[in-house]
Amino acid sequence: MADTATIPAPAQGATGSEVDLDAISREMLEVIADMHGDTPGAVNIRKNGCLACRTNSEHVTITSKTDNPGIDIHVDAGCKNEHVHIPVVVTEEGVHDVVYNDFFIGAGADVYIVAGCGIHNGGDKDAEHDGIHRFFLEPGSHVVYVEKHYGEGEGTGARILNPTTEVHLGEGSSMEMEMVQIKGVSSTIRKTTGTLEADAKLVITEKLMTHGEQHATSDLDFEMVGDGATVRVISRSVARGNSVQVFHPNVTGAAACRGHVQCDSIIMDNARVTSIPAIDAKSTEAQLVHEAAIGKIAGEAITKLMTLGLTEEEAEEQILEDFLS
Amino acid sequence: MLELKNVSYTVKAGKDSYDDRDHDIIRDLSLTVEPGKLIVITGPNGGGKSTLSKLIMGIEEPTAGTISFEGTDITHMPIDERARLGIGYGFQQPARFTGMKVSKLIRIASGEKHMSSAACNKYLSAVGLCSANYLDRDVDKSLSGGELKRIEIATILARNPKLAIFDEPEAGIDLWSFDKLTATFEELHKGQPDHTILIISHQERIMQMADEIIVIKDGQVARRGSRDEIYPTLMFSKNQDPACGFTRAAEAVTY
Ligand SMILES: Nc1ncnc2c1ncn2[C@@H]1O[C@H](COP(=O)(O)OP(=O)(O)OP(=O)(O)O)[C@@H](O)[C@H]1O
Ligand SMILES: [Mg+2]
Repeated sequence: MADTATIPAPAQGATGSEVDLDAISREMLEVIADMHGDTPGAVNIRKNGCLACRTNSEHVTITSKTDNPGIDIHVDAGCKNEHVHIPVVVTEEGVHDVVYNDFFIGAGADVYIVAGCGIHNGGDKDAEHDGIHRFFLEPGSHVVYVEKHYGEGEGTGARILNPTTEVHLGEGSSMEMEMVQIKGVSSTIRKTTGTLEADAKLVITEKLMTHGEQHATSDLDFEMVGDGATVRVISRSVARGNSVQVFHPNVTGAAACRGHVQCDSIIMDNARVTSIPAIDAKSTEAQLVHEAAIGKIAGEAITKLMTLGLTEEEAEEQILEDFLS
Repeated sequence: MLELKNVSYTVKAGKDSYDDRDHDIIRDLSLTVEPGKLIVITGPNGGGKSTLSKLIMGIEEPTAGTISFEGTDITHMPIDERARLGIGYGFQQPARFTGMKVSKLIRIASGEKHMSSAACNKYLSAVGLCSANYLDRDVDKSLSGGELKRIEIATILARNPKLAIFDEPEAGIDLWSFDKLTATFEELHKGQPDHTILIISHQERIMQMADEIIVIKDGQVARRGSRDEIYPTLMFSKNQDPACGFTRAAEAVTY
C-alpha cells in the first residue's frame, strides 16, 4: 500500500499485486512523470511488472487486460482537460517487463497523457522494459502525450527500454507527442508508427541524449491517408562519449497532405550518429520535406557565451541543455 | 584602462588562411584608451577593426605584443576571464542558438538568473524591440538579421561591462530602431562616466557622438584624434575613386 497522500491509493477492484513505493521509485516518478504532490486525474503506476496503484477519474477508466499484461484506457467522448498518468518503474535487476497499453480516445475528447519509464538497476543483471502503446483517436479528439525515459543505478547491468508506439488518428483529430530519453538508458530500440485520416494533425518531437557506450535506434513511420492531414517530425539528439545513434524517420503521403521531417543532432567525443530521413509520396498532392543536420556544437555559440562570462564547459552544457529543451 | 603595445596578428600560411601566404592583419599596433570615453573606430572594409576587437576580447590571440586592461596583462587570458574582468563584445555577426530563449540569453548576460521579464524587456526596448513579445522567441534561424543584431546589442547592455565594444551595431538595423539605438548609446555614455564604449562604425550619426575617432587601415592606426579634428577629414565624397567601386554604399567615405 502507498503510505502517503501524494500517491493515490489503489481504486476498488484494482487487479495485480500491490507494491510499496520506496524512495527510489518516488524520485523516479518525479523525473519521468512530474509526479509530486497531488496528481490530478486518472493514475496507474506499474512497478517491477506489477500494478502498484490505480485511480480512475470521472471520464477515464483504466482496466487490466485479461490476455496480456497491461491496461486499456478509455477516455469518454467529449470530455475536456482530462489528465492520465501511467508511469512505469523498474527497480530490480533481472526484470524483463513487457506491457501492452491501449488508449481509446472518444470523439471530441481532450486529454493530456503522461507515460514514461524509469529504471534503477543497482545490480549486474540487465533490467528491461518494453512498452507497447497503441492509441486510437476518434474523430475530433485531441491528445497531448509526454513520455520520458530515464535510467540510473550503480550496477553494471544494462538498462534497456524498447518502446513501440502505434497511433491511429481519426478524421480531424490531433496529437502532440513528446518523447524524451533523458539519460542513463544503455540501449533502446524505439519504433513509432501511425496512420492519419483526413484533416488529422500530428506533431512528434523526439529528444534523445546518449553517452558512454549507449546505443539508440529510432524508427518512425507515419502514413497520411486522408486529405488535409499533416505530420511534423522534429528529432533532436545529442551523442556523447562512444555512444551510437541511428535515426530512420519516414513520412508517407497518400493524399493531399503535408509532411515535414527535421532531424538535428549534436555529435561529441567519439560518438557516431546516422540519420536517414525518408519521405515517400503516393499522391501528386502530397507535399513532403525533410531536413537533417549533424554537427558539433557551433564554436561561435560557445565563444558568445564565454564573452558573457561562462567557462567553456559551462557554455557547452548550456548549449546542450537548450538544444534538448 | 586599456593599453595595446606593439600588437600584431599574423595568420600563418596554410593554417586559417585562404591561401599559402602569411597575412599581417594587425601590424605593430599600439593604442591607449582612457576610461569614460566614447570612441568610434572606423576605416575601410578589411582594415582590421573586427580583428582588433577580437584581440581585445580574447577571441583571437596576438602573435606579438601585449594587451593590458586596468593594469592587468590580459594578452593570453581566456575569453571568459576577460569577460569577468569587465570586457564585453557585441559581435558584428552574432551567433544563433537552437532552443535558447531570448529571455534566457539576456539573463545569462546580466548574470541574474531570475531577472524579471520586465527587466529583460527594458533591455529589448532600449534597442527598439518592443512590438512583439520577443522574450519567448528562440535565438535561432527564425529571427531576422536585424532582430538578431539588436538582441546581440541588448545582451551587452544587460551585461553592462566596464569596456563595451560594439562591432557595427547599426548594420542591418532599420531607421526607427537606429534612432532608438543612438539615444541608448548616448544615455549609456552620459549615465556611467567611468564606463568606456568602443563602437566600430561607418555611420555619421554615431561618429557625431564620439569623444574620439580612430581610423584603422591596413592593420594600423591611420589617424586618431578628437571628433572635431578627425571627422572633417573623413571627406564624404560623392565621386569615389573607380578603383574602390567594390566598397559598400555606406562606405562612401574617403579615409
Ligand atoms: N583567417 C584569416 N586568414 C586570412 N585573412 C584573414 C583571416 N581573418 C581575417 N582576415 C583578413 O583580415 C582583414 C581584416 O579583417 P577584419 O574583419 O578585421 O576587417 P574589418 O575592418 O572589420 O572589416 P569590415 O569593415 O568589413 O567589417 C581582412 O582582409 C580579412 O580578409
Ligand atoms: Mg568588421
